Amino acid sequence: MFGTAKRDTALLIIVAILTLFAPFLLNPFPAGSAMAQFNAGYPDLMQRFVIFGIFAIGFNILFGLTGYLSFGHAAFLGVGSYAVVWMYKLLDYNIIWGLPLAIVISGVFALMIGFISLRRSGIYFSILTLAFAQMMFAISYSDLLGRFFGTTITNGETGLQVYRSDPQVLIDSWESVPHLLGLVEMRSTYTMRLGDWSFDFNAGYYFCAVIMLLTFYLAIRIFRSPFGMMLRAVKSNQQRMNYTGLNTRPYALAAFVISGMYAGLAGGLMAAMDPLAGAERMQWTASGEVVLMTILGGAGTLIGPVLGAGFIKYFENIFSKINDNVLHSWFAFLPDGIEDFMVVIVHPFVGKGWHLTLGLMFMLVVIFLPGGLVEGGQRIARLFRRKNARNDAPDGSKTPAE
Amino acid sequence: MDAILLQILNGLDKGSAYALIALGLTLIFGTLGVVNFAHGALFMIGAFCSVTLQKILTISTISIDETQKDFLGRPLEVKTPIMENWFGPEIGGLIIDWSVPLAILFAIPVMLVIGYVMERGLIKHFYKRPHADQILVTFGLAIVLQEVIKYFYGANPIPTPAPDAFRGSFDFGALLGLDTALAYPYWRLVYFAFSAVIIGAVFAFLQFTTFGMVVRAGMADRETVGLLGIDIDRRFTIMFGIAAAVAGLAGVMYAPINSPNYHMGMDFLVLSFVVVVVGGMGSLPGAVLAGFMLGILESFASMNEIKAILPGIDQIIIYVVAIIILLTRPRGLMGRKGVMEE
Repeated sequence: MFGTAKRDTALLIIVAILTLFAPFLLNPFPAGSAMAQFNAGYPDLMQRFVIFGIFAIGFNILFGLTGYLSFGHAAFLGVGSYAVVWMYKLLDYNIIWGLPLAIVISGVFALMIGFISLRRSGIYFSILTLAFAQMMFAISYSDLLGRFFGTTITNGETGLQVYRSDPQVLIDSWESVPHLLGLVEMRSTYTMRLGDWSFDFNAGYYFCAVIMLLTFYLAIRIFRSPFGMMLRAVKSNQQRMNYTGLNTRPYALAAFVISGMYAGLAGGLMAAMDPLAGAERMQWTASGEVVLMTILGGAGTLIGPVLGAGFIKYFENIFSKINDNVLHSWFAFLPDGIEDFMVVIVHPFVGKGWHLTLGLMFMLVVIFLPGGLVEGGQRIARLFRRKNARNDAPDGSKTPAE
Repeated sequence: MDAILLQILNGLDKGSAYALIALGLTLIFGTLGVVNFAHGALFMIGAFCSVTLQKILTISTISIDETQKDFLGRPLEVKTPIMENWFGPEIGGLIIDWSVPLAILFAIPVMLVIGYVMERGLIKHFYKRPHADQILVTFGLAIVLQEVIKYFYGANPIPTPAPDAFRGSFDFGALLGLDTALAYPYWRLVYFAFSAVIIGAVFAFLQFTTFGMVVRAGMADRETVGLLGIDIDRRFTIMFGIAAAVAGLAGVMYAPINSPNYHMGMDFLVLSFVVVVVGGMGSLPGAVLAGFMLGILESFASMNEIKAILPGIDQIIIYVVAIIILLTRPRGLMGRKGVMEE
C-alpha cells in the first residue's frame, strides 16, 4: 500500500492510529484524580508533540542518514515562524498562505547555508552550522536586517506579532485567531466528557497530526528510495564514494535542504498554533534540543525521532510540574526522616531542575545506548527471543542451526 | 588615533578570554583528538570558584551591638566576617578584598581534579567513537554541569568585585600625551597581563620541559611515542587537566569583569569554537592569535562610526569572519597540514 513495503505500511498505520487517538491515549487518568498530573492530553502539549515530531523527522533525514551533525537547525525553525507571521500581517490569519511560504523560505536558507557548510565535514560542519545559526539568531534578536533597511523585519526581542495597524489586505475587519480557509479555527477545541474522564479534541492538533503523518510518509519513502540509499552510503564511507567517481555533495545538500524544509514547516506550524515568532526559537540550545530528541529516540531509524520528541516534550512537561508537595505525597508511605531525605535527594532533578535530568539522561543514552530508545527496545526484544529460543532448544526441532 | 587605541584596548580583555579558552580547547583537541563541548562549562566553573571563595571568606558571625541602635531603637545586628575575627579587621579585610586573586590558588587544584576526573571517567571511553558522539556526550555534560551550578548558586548573576586597589581606571591618554582622556579599568589590564602570563607559561611548559617535549612528540605521532615505551596516555590525561585549569583560571579572573551566571560558559563556548577553527584546529599559536584578533575585531565593529553604516555588525562580525576564513583557508590561519582533514 502507498508504494511502501509491508513493514513500513504497518508502521505508518500504527503511527496514524496512535496520533488520531492520542487525545484518548494521553489522558488515561480521570480528571480530578491524583494521577491526573500525568495526563498529557491537552491541546498545547499534543501540538508540541507532533510539531517537534516533524522537526525531528526532518533532522533525522540529515543526521540519521548522512551522519552530518548540524548544530544549527533551529535557525530554519525560526525562519518558518517568521514567514507565517508575516503572512498573517500582510494577508490575513489564514494559515494556508504562510505554511508553503515557510517551507520555501527555509528551503532557500537551507540551500545557502548548506551550500557553504557542506564544503567541510565532521566537526567543521557542526561548527559552521552552529556559527550560521548563531549569526541568524543575533540578526533576528536585534532585528539587524530591519534596522539596516529602516523597518522592522523580526521585531527584535519583543518577537514578531500581529498588530491592529497591520495591512491584512485580504480582510476588512481585524481577526485574532489563526484559521484554515476560514473553515475552522486552530484553537477550537471540543471537549468530550465520559464519566470522570474528559478528552480534548483540538482542531490545531489534528491539523498538525495530519501534516506529521504526511511528512512521516514522505520520510519513509525517502528512507527506502535509491536516494536514501545514497545518503546512507555517504554516511558509511564518503571517501569510497568519491573514489568511484561519484560526487556526494549534491546528495548531502539535498538532504540538508529537505531537513531544513521540515524544520521550516515545523516552525510555521508553531506560529500557526500560536501567532507569535520570537528569536529564542533560533538559539543554539534549541538546535541542541532537536539533536537530543533524535539521538534519544534513535538516529537513523524511522520511528525514533518521533518517539524522542514525544518523550522529551512529555517529560519536560511532567517533570517541570512536580514540586516538593507532590514529592512529599509520593514518599508519604516512608517514615518521616526517610521521606524528607528522599525528597531532598529527588528535588534537584524535578521542577526547575528538569534540565539536569535531561542532561544526565542524554549522557547515559549516548554512552550506553548510542542507538537510542529504538535500540533499547530491540535489545529487550532480542533478550526475550533468545529466552524463547532457549526454551525451545530441547526439542531441537523448532530452531534450525545458524 | 585615540579611538583606534581605545578599541584595541577594549578588545584585549575579551580577546584574552577567547584566547585562554581556545588554547585549552585546542590543547585537548591536539593531544586527545576530542572535541570538548564542555569546555565552556569549565570556564564557568572557574568563575564560580571565585564566587565560592568569596562566599567562604565572608562567612560571618552575627553579634548584637548594644551601642548602636536602628531607627526603632532596637540594638543593631552587626555582621563580622570570621576572617576579621581571626586575623583582625585589617588583615582579614584585606583577605576578603583580595578574594578573586586568591581564588586562583583555590581554583588550580580544583580544576586539575575536575579535568582529571572528566578525562578518566568519561572522555577516555570516547576516543574510538566518532566525533559526533564526542560532541554529543560533552554537550550533555555541559548541560549537567551548568544545571548543577544553577541549582547551588541560583540563576541570577552574582557580583564578584575586584580588589579595591584595581577598581579605578587608568588614563592612557595622559600616559601617551594625548588630549583626550582614555580611561581604561585597571582590572582589564590585570586580566590581560594575567592571560599573557598564563599563555606564556603554557608555551614555556610545552617548549622547555621534558614533559612538554614528550607531549609535543605525542601530538605529532602518538603511536611512535607509545612504542618507545612512554606512557603517553597518562601524560595526555595530565594535559587535559592543565587545559581545564587554563579555562578555569580564565574564568576566575573574568568574574569581576562580568558577574558570573550559570550560562556564561555556553555563551563563550560557541565563540571559542569559532576562534579555534579560525586559528586552525590543533594549533596553539593559532588559537591565541585568533582569540586576540577576533576580540579586537569585535570591539572595532562595535564602534559607533561603523555601527552607523552597518547596524549590529558587532554581533555577527566574528561569525562572518569565521565563515570567510573556513571557506578560503579551510585549515585556519595557522593549522597544520593533515589535522582534521577529510
